Amino acid sequence: MTDVPPVDMTDSQRGGPQPRKRRAQWIDFAFESVTRIFAILVLGILIAILVSLVIGSALSLEKYGLSFIWQSDWDPVKERFGALVPIYGTLMTSLIAMAIGVPVSFGIALFLTEMSPAWLRRPLGTAIEMLAAIPSIIYGMWGLFVFAPLFQSHVQPLLIGGLGGLPVVGGLFEGPPFGIGMMTAGLILSIMVIPFITAVMRDVFELVPPMMKESAYSLGATTWEVVWRVVLPYTKVGVVGGIMLGLGRALGETMAVTFVIGNAHRLSASLMAPGNSIASALANEFTEAVGDLYYSALIELGLILFVITTIVLAISKFLLMRLARQEGART
Amino acid sequence: MQKALLAAVFGVFASVAAAANITGAGATFPYPIYAKWADAYKKQTGIGMNYQSIGSGGGIKQITAKTVDFGASDMPMKPEDLTKEGLMQFPAIMGGDVPVYNLKGFTSGQLKFTGELLADIYLGKVKKWNDPAIAALNPDAKLPNDSISVVHRSDGSGTTFIWVNYLSKMSPEWKQKVGEGTSVQWPTGVGGKGNEGVSAYVQQINGAIGYVEYAYAKQNKLAVGQVKNRDGNFVMPNIDTFRAAAAGADWAKAPGMYLILTEQPGKNSWPISGASFILMHKIQTKAENAKEVLKFFDWCFKNGDQMATDLDYVPMPDPVVKLIGSAWKDIKDRSGKAVY
Repeated sequence: MTDVPPVDMTDSQRGGPQPRKRRAQWIDFAFESVTRIFAILVLGILIAILVSLVIGSALSLEKYGLSFIWQSDWDPVKERFGALVPIYGTLMTSLIAMAIGVPVSFGIALFLTEMSPAWLRRPLGTAIEMLAAIPSIIYGMWGLFVFAPLFQSHVQPLLIGGLGGLPVVGGLFEGPPFGIGMMTAGLILSIMVIPFITAVMRDVFELVPPMMKESAYSLGATTWEVVWRVVLPYTKVGVVGGIMLGLGRALGETMAVTFVIGNAHRLSASLMAPGNSIASALANEFTEAVGDLYYSALIELGLILFVITTIVLAISKFLLMRLARQEGART
Repeated sequence: MQKALLAAVFGVFASVAAAANITGAGATFPYPIYAKWADAYKKQTGIGMNYQSIGSGGGIKQITAKTVDFGASDMPMKPEDLTKEGLMQFPAIMGGDVPVYNLKGFTSGQLKFTGELLADIYLGKVKKWNDPAIAALNPDAKLPNDSISVVHRSDGSGTTFIWVNYLSKMSPEWKQKVGEGTSVQWPTGVGGKGNEGVSAYVQQINGAIGYVEYAYAKQNKLAVGQVKNRDGNFVMPNIDTFRAAAAGADWAKAPGMYLILTEQPGKNSWPISGASFILMHKIQTKAENAKEVLKFFDWCFKNGDQMATDLDYVPMPDPVVKLIGSAWKDIKDRSGKAVY
């Protein structure tokens, strides 16, 4: 491989700038500019959204300042607004969704890539992807008309009876069984995020070189050990990415949550109680928001949601960076 | 054949050109009837009416910004706000709220309520169905010891406005603690989105009580309660009791037609009625359009009653229509001449 055979050069390659080459350069330039404009456009739109949110919420920002975040009042009649209830509802329902969605997705992805018989892989994988294609309003209606009544009559009495009396966590499971509420919203959300997280996890698990897994198996490792020691370390960046994708969806989900969360602007420790999330408060109240301050407060809610998702993204980037650095330290 | 085709094509063009379509935006509650009227009106006159049901708040914003020919709101604007924005308003159609419940063993019309009792239930003070306050009104009923689950609207709505306006009139405590508006800070209960959301919650939760638009309750055959009216009679919500409420209302004495139809006098009046309003600028820069809008509503008042009744709305009674006609004289073009 040391002797490189001489390359035959054609006339046009050897000569000065030929028409074809000049045209190619021009096209290259145009292509580069267009793609650059598109990329800048995305940034521009993002900044424009942020600016218009800030301008729109100026009135409310000025009146309440930072206290908007920890005030729990939401009284359109007396024009007292605070975002604590919707912020708490958004974070809590997303937390429930992730607490259930992540382990389940992990299990599904593992089964699909490691344990499932080959003939079952495709139908199962397609079924999971189909779940992701269902519009969120369908989840909302199903949650309200099918899931909530079942949850109310069969699951909630057990939860309230079994866990409601416990000393520390008991507060989370108190109150009458409405069927709807924060817990129901969280459960519906978890079903909605599972396909997203599963799809990403399955794809990255499949990227693990078979040689690594087989080496581990040949050393006598169990399936669990292979997964825990080989697959997961190899794919953790992708796994974190998939979880963040799911979390992003859970935080911003509007319609499905609006249907089942109960839409009550009250702070309640119990997960059985109705609550409110930022996205569903916006969906509910925007159309009939009479009065400048009310309108402005709603836009500020939107701004807060924007900030929360930005923080979540930043944390995930930070996590990925730390993972990458640890990787560097080890080798 | 060709000529006929040509004539048809030109005919279509001509009618499109002549139809200076009028535009309106606002309340969702009257949307079905406005759409039906507009459809029938277009068939007759060729002039279309494009109505966007974006909500009362949106309607007020759009008409203030003059992007539409008229705005629509379920909540009348206060006379001082009208003056400030240079607007006038008139009622176009009526409807109202009814209390609906889901209690095992009780069918429609079997339970009686008063405004004070409804306010106490919605304040969270009356918590059980066998509360003495309910038992006193329903001595013959075997009321269970079930909790009352309060259901309200989660979205801002004219339906809510009528309901809380009624509760404010009936209970000083409600007025002071909660007040009235298209959305309020509810002391208790769960919120459903839209009439369908409220009715879904009510039907799922045993012991639930909620409120929905009359038309919605009727079409879905929900169990409705009787309510005591100002004259002391318990009445059922139906087209007659709504008409009675409209007839009892004294529009002539309401400045700026600011009148909310709750708790109106009359032996048979349904106490939780309301009207939906049209908002227009008093000084019109586009006098032509304003004239078309008024022509449209004039036609609706004359020809649209049956269509309204079919959809379970209550048409405006004739004396009120006369009053509205005289209020239209306030709408002028820039030279100060009445447009209609």
